[in-house]
Amino acid sequence: MEIKVLGPGCAKCKEAEKIVLEAVKESGVAATVEKIADFQQIASFGVFSTPAVVIDGEVKVVGKVPSKGDVLSWLQ
Amino acid sequence: MEPLGKMSCCTKEAVAESAHPHNGKLVGYLLLLAPALVVWWVVYGMLPGFSRLLTYDVLGIAQGSPLGDSVEFLLYDTPKVLMLLTLVVFGVGVIRTFFTPERTRRVLAGKRESAGNVLAALLGIVTPFCSCSAVPLFIGFVTAGVPMGVTFSFLISAPMVNEIALVLLYGLLGWKVAALYLGTGLAIAIVAGWVLGKLNLEPYVEDWVMKIRTDPSVLPPDEQTWTDRIEAGFHAVKDIVGKVWIYVVIGIAVGAGIHGYVPEGFMASIMGKDAWWSVPAAVLIGIPMYSNAAGIVPVVEALLGKGAALGTVLAFMMAVIALSLPEMIILRKVLKPRLIMVFAGVVGLGIAFVGYLFNYLY
Repeated sequence: MEIKVLGPGCAKCKEAEKIVLEAVKESGVAATVEKIADFQQIASFGVFSTPAVVIDGEVKVVGKVPSKGDVLSWLQ
Repeated sequence: MEPLGKMSCCTKEAVAESAHPHNGKLVGYLLLLAPALVVWWVVYGMLPGFSRLLTYDVLGIAQGSPLGDSVEFLLYDTPKVLMLLTLVVFGVGVIRTFFTPERTRRVLAGKRESAGNVLAALLGIVTPFCSCSAVPLFIGFVTAGVPMGVTFSFLISAPMVNEIALVLLYGLLGWKVAALYLGTGLAIAIVAGWVLGKLNLEPYVEDWVMKIRTDPSVLPPDEQTWTDRIEAGFHAVKDIVGKVWIYVVIGIAVGAGIHGYVPEGFMASIMGKDAWWSVPAAVLIGIPMYSNAAGIVPVVEALLGKGAALGTVLAFMMAVIALSLPEMIILRKVLKPRLIMVFAGVVGLGIAFVGYLFNYLY
């Protein structure tokens, strides 16, 4: 599974990344987590409010920090 | 198209499955919120008497002494402002669940200037926005056909017309000043955005921005229940009040010190009406500064009490919260330096104009 956390590096984006990493660890799913801070790349996903989480190319959440429960349900 | 179909089907299933517990939760929240509101109301009404009782009877400080003034101000304003803040942040948190940036973009796309500027400034108040999202949002708006001037109206209004500043101004200075701030903040966003739109600044946007094509269909559908909305309100309170309360307390403590100990009229010479240069100076000092409204309004209130002119102080506050160096550095990624200068210049002029207007009117 390929997870991307999109965000320029504000507090909320860091929180989103932390929650995703925790959820991945908890679920034991084999997944790579990548942080994307480049605006050009962020925009290429059609995302324009950050933080956002993309799993296997599918945008799961935009503009807010997801809860750990949400992330766990996406990982299944 | 396939992922979208799959996704909306999954969401529907999830909603159907969890409909029952959600309803139970909603009833629970409502049963919690109703008495909480009553308690809030009663406690809020008791604050003036309570702070006097505590200052003069329990602590035994002499009435009319500088220490008494300071302590009473501190003990009354701190809980008052924090209570107002909690209530409004909760309300705004719930309201904001109805306005996502995606929806705002859909409303603004293809709108003409002028009407679009007004709408963008209004939506800037209620659309959730953090300054680190300014760049992706700019790209998302402009590439979806929102006129640039309209986009700027949104980008000016979103940080400037700020619910925390509004609450603090209302709580500390009364509804008139709060209304003036709201009205003039909107006016600056509308007019500055309109002017920037007329200046044909498209060539000064970085070239790669205009080449991006965004496809809104990839975004997940935004389906929220009332339980989600109320939870968003709680979350906003935890997030915002949890973060700014310390600034409010420090701000009020500094304000309390100024209240009791700085002589009346002390600020009149440097921030008073007659010092014509004080308005532009306040704006220039305020632009690079970055502070949140929570810390600055209590100080503003105290300065006013000591003879600083309302327009000068408001101009300073607006410059601090609307324009900041970190935001400009972020915007540099999509805007060429010249456009950033023009942007800061037009907004700064608007703020200075408001400053002079109030100094003239009051």
